[in-house]
Amino acid sequence: MAMTRIWTGMVTAALICGLITGKIDAVSAAAMEGAQTAVELSLSMAGVLCLWSGVMEIMERCGIAAGLARLFRPVLRRLLPQAAKDEETLAALTANVSANLLGLGNAATPLGIRAARRMAVGCGGIASDELCMLVVLNTASIQLLPTTIASVRAAAGSATPFDILPAVWLSSVLSVVAGLCAAKLLSRTGGKR
Amino acid sequence: MNLSSLIVPLLLCAVAIYASGKKVDVYAALTHGAEEGLSVLLRIVPALVALLTAVSMFRASGAAELLTALFAPLLEIVGIPAETAPLLLIRPVSGSGALAIGTDLMTSHGPDSYIGRVAAVMLGSTETTFYTIAVYFGSAGIRRTRHAIPAALAADLAGFAASAWAVRLLFG
Repeated sequence: MAMTRIWTGMVTAALICGLITGKIDAVSAAAMEGAQTAVELSLSMAGVLCLWSGVMEIMERCGIAAGLARLFRPVLRRLLPQAAKDEETLAALTANVSANLLGLGNAATPLGIRAARRMAVGCGGIASDELCMLVVLNTASIQLLPTTIASVRAAAGSATPFDILPAVWLSSVLSVVAGLCAAKLLSRTGGKR
Repeated sequence: MNLSSLIVPLLLCAVAIYASGKKVDVYAALTHGAEEGLSVLLRIVPALVALLTAVSMFRASGAAELLTALFAPLLEIVGIPAETAPLLLIRPVSGSGALAIGTDLMTSHGPDSYIGRVAAVMLGSTETTFYTIAVYFGSAGIRRTRHAIPAALAADLAGFAASAWAVRLLFG
């Protein structure tokens, strides 16, 4: 439903604004162009997206995901000490983080949900501090290779679609750190509501 | 030689050699993964058609400019380019909507321009916050989310500001 409102809102705003500014001809042309661009762009994205999905699959099969999971065990133990006491929750958490890092959203979400469910047991429907932490970890994406974005850049004619990688890593890390700090701070000041 | 030109060939080669050493059927994995990439794309296309239509109309009507002008003073304080205002607004709510607006920014300003790069980095370093919160808390049966939403939005805001800063830092 949220998307229905956003879409209707944008189209309505375009109509009203177009009428007021007298740009309604351009709005009409833009509607057709937008739909056309979407398909053209998707087609030119396809190659790069497929290639990198393939590379991700290789990485997954040769155990890079498992290696990443091992790497993040101590970090998660420190970050979510209560949840980490349960071996199975910790396993789901580490797999969730490493799937996120590899950009495997489809794999990451069920793993994260499994961890969240185990952590929510006995909470009585109220989010614990650690559950909030888990959600913040998942809403702040850290992705080693943002393949979709790179393929959009390639389709748009970028000379070096992957040159944004260091910038993406840097701002992802800053975003996660800010989120975790905010969660820590708010859990103290907000108290147990 | 541009150092970032090294990333792609080096990565492809390293992954292939490492995986071969681990006795992984590299070619089969590559093609299977590519197939999955195609199905991801197929899922994106309908949403992209719907949203790029709305986004182009929104921009052509001058509504995007209005929105940009409205948020410009606020965004300039944190050093975020005002042109990305529509992207910031839709990012926490809709992943494909953000992709559509980001794509529009990249094609209209150029993918290698400052705005184009900032939009790309923003897309890469943030998530569809409200969707994620709904999925996680929904499936875990949590009704009172306490400080999860403000903390996650703080992460988003930091990510947006950091994106603009990182692009300025790394691309001058």
